[in-house]
Amino acid sequence: MTVSLSGKEVARKIEEKFPGSVVESSHDSLVVRSDSLPDVARFLKDTEGLDFDFLNFITAVDYYDHFEVVYLLNSLEHNHSLTIKTRCYDRENPIMPSVVGLWQGADFQEREIYDLFGIKFEGHPNMKRIFLWEGFAGHPLRKDFK
Amino acid sequence: MALRTEPFVLNMGPVHPSTHGVFRMRATLDGEVVIDIEPVFGYLHRGIEKLAEQRTYTGIIPLTDRLDYISSMNNNFAYCLAVEKLAGIKVPERAEYIRVIMAELQRIAALLIAVGAFLNDCGAYFTPFLYMFRERERIVDLFEMASGQRLTYNYMRVGGVSQDLPEEFMPALRKFMAMMPRFLDEYDQLLMQNEILIARTKGVGILSKEQAINSSASGPVLRASSVKWDIRKADPYSVYDRFEFDVPTQANGDCYDRYRQRVEEMRQSLRIIRQAMEQIPPGPVKADVPHLIRPPIGEAYARIECPKGELGFYLVSDNSIAPYRCHIRPPSLINLTALRDMVRGWKVADLIIIFGSIDITVGEIDR
Amino acid sequence: MATFDFDIYSLVGFQAVPPDWPGGFWWHWLFFTVVIISFVLAMVMGVIYIERRGMGRMQSRLGPNRTGPFGLLQPVADAVKVLLKEDIVPSAADKLVHWLAPVIAFAPVLVIFAVIPFENGALLADLNIGILYVVAISSVSTVGVFMAGWGSSNKYSLLGAMRNVAAVVSYEIPLVLAIVGVVLIAGSLSLNQIVVAQSIPFILLQPLGFLLFFAAGCAEINRSPFDLMEADSEIVAGFHTEYSGMKFAMFYLVEYAEAVAISAIITTLFLGGWKGPLLPPWLWFVVKVVLVFCAMVWTRTTLPRIRIDQLMAFAWKFLFPMALLNLFITALQVLAGWPTQLIWAMIMVNFAVMAIMVLIWSRFFFRLGWGRIEV
Repeated sequence: MTVSLSGKEVARKIEEKFPGSVVESSHDSLVVRSDSLPDVARFLKDTEGLDFDFLNFITAVDYYDHFEVVYLLNSLEHNHSLTIKTRCYDRENPIMPSVVGLWQGADFQEREIYDLFGIKFEGHPNMKRIFLWEGFAGHPLRKDFK
Repeated sequence: MALRTEPFVLNMGPVHPSTHGVFRMRATLDGEVVIDIEPVFGYLHRGIEKLAEQRTYTGIIPLTDRLDYISSMNNNFAYCLAVEKLAGIKVPERAEYIRVIMAELQRIAALLIAVGAFLNDCGAYFTPFLYMFRERERIVDLFEMASGQRLTYNYMRVGGVSQDLPEEFMPALRKFMAMMPRFLDEYDQLLMQNEILIARTKGVGILSKEQAINSSASGPVLRASSVKWDIRKADPYSVYDRFEFDVPTQANGDCYDRYRQRVEEMRQSLRIIRQAMEQIPPGPVKADVPHLIRPPIGEAYARIECPKGELGFYLVSDNSIAPYRCHIRPPSLINLTALRDMVRGWKVADLIIIFGSIDITVGEIDR
Repeated sequence: MATFDFDIYSLVGFQAVPPDWPGGFWWHWLFFTVVIISFVLAMVMGVIYIERRGMGRMQSRLGPNRTGPFGLLQPVADAVKVLLKEDIVPSAADKLVHWLAPVIAFAPVLVIFAVIPFENGALLADLNIGILYVVAISSVSTVGVFMAGWGSSNKYSLLGAMRNVAAVVSYEIPLVLAIVGVVLIAGSLSLNQIVVAQSIPFILLQPLGFLLFFAAGCAEINRSPFDLMEADSEIVAGFHTEYSGMKFAMFYLVEYAEAVAISAIITTLFLGGWKGPLLPPWLWFVVKVVLVFCAMVWTRTTLPRIRIDQLMAFAWKFLFPMALLNLFITALQVLAGWPTQLIWAMIMVNFAVMAIMVLIWSRFFFRLGWGRIEV
């Protein structure tokens, strides 16, 4: 069985390395600050015992006042998983750091989030709309899209 | 004096005899050699994730059928697992076994199409494709007995399946199971040692193990690159932990290995169905769930091993009759991430074969 | 030493048809022109039906079976459909080249049949350089194909045309070398003489030559497994992507007429042409052509297609050396007088050589072609 690592445990390890980066943590998941996301991601990927080499998916949820970007990480070797989230409070021009350098599988998924939500990922080599055509006005999966 | 050449862009457009659906690739070629490739998606984008926010939990099930329309049973299965995890619903035993039988039969049917279409791309002018369709017809007849549909079944419900199997289903299934291994052997005899197939696919489009894990590939593509990761064994869902089956892997990660991987997985599916047929108990087929399900506030992610890879549903609920957010993890889109690196340096003919060996369905990419 | 003689007409005392029958040069020419054109068109209709029905049955489905009894009128329906279609010319195409291409592709194919004997002495022109003429003329239709690819102003067509030219030029050589083996044994380039000289069919004396000619012939006429020039699943339809209507009908006709032509040449060179007991000679000829064509349909249905660089490597690295070896061995045998004296020894040695070469070949086939090129 894939063990879903406890958010609190991992939050403690991350706080030791990067203090102040964890916003909240619970049994299922943990929330980190968006500007410390690249460092935390690299830490999770490279550390012995965590070894999260497989990025399962990235998605975003629109909670009216903020966007929440959800990452599900897996380790094939140890067979455990972890859910990490970051929040973005800017609705006009949301920008998040990209993890394409660490996990290439994030390529198309970050473009999809940009297309449907409008969240730009800096550091992504090809930040273009993926499903809708260039010049489409708006971002459909936002809750206030007409 | 060296001849001046310049690369040109070839558009393998949305309408093309062998891009498995409306899928467009812009390939930059230098003569016949592919230098770069840019896939263009979106021709089948129907906004399923947005539509899902306005339908009830049960009403989303027909939408999920149309995701990977070749393997609808698996899509239904994944979605129902996600809702049951979110709402904490327990499924009766008989329904679990029926779901497993349907999912594995669907896996065989989808893998038959995958292998047939791949060989069609190699140029064997429809012959293996039609032979495999002959077997798929029998499976589709079984599905028609159970659900009344041939392609998008809408068979599973939250809490079980919609109706019990008719009486003629089990004898027909037994007849199919008796015949099928012979056909798999026939295909192997015709295809496995064919020199032209080996010359076209061995060593072509190699996906290394590290590259496969880094690009989040899953399913037969990952296992053909010698990574032993099958969700049915690593993270068993439903009743898969009661069955005994192997997880085959292949050593090299080229197109030939992906083709062999799919054939081997078909054999393993036959084993699972045989065991499920013996173990299936009588009983109810649907748990007592209300018509309009209101799961408690929370989120859940459930995943299954579908013929293309790992299909998962991430559901966020706010205690209303429709989900707040329904995200679908599409295996075909994520498997395509490595396409560019697999294809560069090969020729146009290989581009088609490598693309066919990844085996995508556009309905799942675009949603 | 006994020799086998299928030529029973010599027993009966039947006179061969004199070359200028029915009397006079112009009547002979007119008669045979009509015969050849009608033969080619009728055979093309017939082989289209055989191919579609045969492929259908081999793919465990019925072929066409609605148009006429057993679907026999299907080629007629195809022809009518294609003729009634609108003739679309792309606006950026080179009009003259685009229009002229099907003509240039089709004319040589008809002309090849001028030297193929239907009966002893019954051919349009008994050239004493028969087979050389065939080889020379058949290369002209490649020019037509290339004009089609260029004049369509479409990248797919250009790709297909380039592949076609490269392949045809490469496969000429093993083709010609296989022919030379037969010519050495028969002692003449004239096709009529070659058939008359076949007291036993040359396929027994030249098995390796037959295989080489069959493979090179399939490559010349773009049939599977060498049909990457018009590969349906890769470059849509290759050089004839942009053609519709009557011009497409011409290309379609060219493909099948060339198949009939190669089958006819194989029949005259290797299978004994019009020779055979009981039935009239021209009927034997037709039966043998149909048999060879059925073998071509069989390979088309069964085998996948190979890639362009593998195609070239196959021609240059395997067919060409095997053709040279075949020629060398045949030349030695002819010098030693085997075809007339030690005919059984010749058959056995040649079959052994073919078996050994094919076994060696099948070990190394998968290493054909380059691999990945660094970009």
